Amino acid sequence: MLHTFHKGGVHPPQSKLTASQPIIDIELPRKVVVTFSQHIGAIAVCDLKKGDHVTRGQVIAHAAGFVSTNIHTPISGKVVKLDRCKTAFGHPADTVTIEASDEDHQSDLDAIESLSPVRDDDTAMSLASEELIKIIDDAGIVGLGGATFPTKVKLTPPPGSKADILIVNGVECEPYLTNDHAIMLANSEDIVRGIRLLMRAAKVDRAVVGIEANKPDAIEAMTRAASTCRAIEIMPLKVKYPEGGEKQLIEAVTGREVPSGGLPISVGAIVQNVATALAVSDAVRYGLPLMSRVITVTGPSVKKPGNYRVPIGTDIRSLIDIAGGVPSDVGKIILGGPMMGKAVVSIDAPTIKGVSGILMLPLSMSRRREPEPCIRCGACVDACPMGLEPYLLATLSRFDRWEDCEDNKVMNCIECGSCSYICPAARPILDYIRLGKNKVGAAIKARRAQSK
Amino acid sequence: MSLILSSIIVLGGIGVLSAAVLYFVSKRFHVVEEPEVALIEAELPGANCGACGYSGCHDFAVNCAKVPSLEGFNCPGGGEKAMSAIARIKGVDSVAARPMVAVVHCNGTCENRPIKSYYDGARSCAILSMVAVGATDCAYGCLGEGDCVAACRWNAITMNPLTGMPEVDTDLCTGCGVCAARCPRSLIELRPKGPRGMRVYVACANREKGAMAIKECKVSCIACGKCARSCPHDAIRIENNLAYIDFEKCKLCRKCVDQCPTHAIHAVNFPILKPKSELAGTIEEKR
Repeated sequence: MLHTFHKGGVHPPQSKLTASQPIIDIELPRKVVVTFSQHIGAIAVCDLKKGDHVTRGQVIAHAAGFVSTNIHTPISGKVVKLDRCKTAFGHPADTVTIEASDEDHQSDLDAIESLSPVRDDDTAMSLASEELIKIIDDAGIVGLGGATFPTKVKLTPPPGSKADILIVNGVECEPYLTNDHAIMLANSEDIVRGIRLLMRAAKVDRAVVGIEANKPDAIEAMTRAASTCRAIEIMPLKVKYPEGGEKQLIEAVTGREVPSGGLPISVGAIVQNVATALAVSDAVRYGLPLMSRVITVTGPSVKKPGNYRVPIGTDIRSLIDIAGGVPSDVGKIILGGPMMGKAVVSIDAPTIKGVSGILMLPLSMSRRREPEPCIRCGACVDACPMGLEPYLLATLSRFDRWEDCEDNKVMNCIECGSCSYICPAARPILDYIRLGKNKVGAAIKARRAQSK
Repeated sequence: MSLILSSIIVLGGIGVLSAAVLYFVSKRFHVVEEPEVALIEAELPGANCGACGYSGCHDFAVNCAKVPSLEGFNCPGGGEKAMSAIARIKGVDSVAARPMVAVVHCNGTCENRPIKSYYDGARSCAILSMVAVGATDCAYGCLGEGDCVAACRWNAITMNPLTGMPEVDTDLCTGCGVCAARCPRSLIELRPKGPRGMRVYVACANREKGAMAIKECKVSCIACGKCARSCPHDAIRIENNLAYIDFEKCKLCRKCVDQCPTHAIHAVNFPILKPKSELAGTIEEKR
């Protein structure tokens, strides 16, 4: 009997079109646009000037505070522009544009060609926890599952709490996305090294890698890679969305339930994504900062769907062009998966650290149905993995009853979208819950500021 | 027969018992209220909009009856009529509050600001503003989902289906400010109604630099500063790439209106003097 979480969950069609495909390294772009807010937390500070020359892997924006992270350039070149550009969601943001000359391009290609380890495994494994966290911090590593929370913050638990297990998230429960699947097949050895380093950094002696049972090849590859390390267990999990949610995964793996409002550390768990583990391995072994990631470009009518290793900052349009261009019947382009991803308003925007996939849905699949009145069927209550009452929260939020929203634990919502997905009346449940979360979150913040 | 009889007896009994309990409770827990409270409340509009700062009209009346003067009390909803009536009840001079009106600082109509994307989520500006930039390129302008229309208790704001923009009816608007608090982009400002309803204001809220702003919307403020330089009363300041006309200093001379290269400055309710062909299209005359 495979483990899973107990409350709620839904079973959207898997649609993993690119499941068995290898990772394709895309050509190093000549021009990248890098934004300074690619993570949760304070916006990184850039002190470059126009005309400055930067080399591949150089820090171009520094972390501004504890919950923040460095940002590195994925190519060498000259700073040609420092201005405001639109993100994929249309919001203006400060960006830096870097363009490579022929020489820069060639030197980058040579550097990639002649990549060699800066530390062998024995040296890496003898580093102290603080040294490892410093390397992870300097490398600008954030949670690559999509939330982009700085990894070093998760590895430095608040005083008084102690982690006893590292849970590595290889679940990938979002339909269509296969980027984690692809790296587990291609880089299983590196991921296992990354997990061992993360265990050392977090001072835990047990790690469990949770992988949904729909990826038997990944489970096999990871089991083989981890066979030398007895502290790492590979755990196949029952297929159910949102198994990859942090709290759901902790419950599935350990049976512990994170209390309302609590962090995973309160039950002794630290959760990291497999892609994050890979980035840690690259940072420690090769001295490479986080400047590329695997992105699944997919969709039912995409010509060449695949898993592409992309320098972060490549614009979305050129990445889509590599995958065969925007299909003519497309109705919606989503960054991330279909359940939790966000639709873009423009593809002339750079990729950022948190982009796990680019999903192009045909028009017929992308329109919402006209909402109908709630029929009180309770399907959303059954589907909610957090044990909330989505229909109630949505209604309270619609009528501005923020205090009642708070009493009904709106802040526990993980925005997985199971309620909106399952609703037979096509009600925009999550839209309203998100509004409630926003308002209640602001009220809680204001209360805290007042009591200080 | 006995069934009907017993039903009548039982239901009648319950009725009589309830009446007795209600009578007892109403006598026992009777709250003595100033008679003034009821009189004041009768003059208030009863919309419970909260613009006065109290939680509804009754609360306003209770607090108003407590103190001798009318200082600090103003019902924007009821306006001058209600306030002078309340002043008569209290036997004090009425404090004339300046009548205000809601002004929308955006003119991003479908023509000026093309729609680039399609949104089919919940119809609410607050939700749309959290999800994305909106259907157009502008990250500061009106989202057009009508949160202000839904918030208005006086039916003073309507969504113009031709332009996709909210329009404020000057006569119906009471200046309560509920719409201003509701707009997630803070586009609505309360400005004095002005003599005969004449007002001059900047119909833009875009805080990007000129080059980017004009790409997003044809009638955006590009912060060129021409208006500020032309203003003889020093009423215009440029902050964060956006011009703002201070209504305390503005003398409604309209020098800035013709200066604005993007026609972002609106003068409303002015009498039409000379209908120049080019000018007529630029100055929007609203009633």
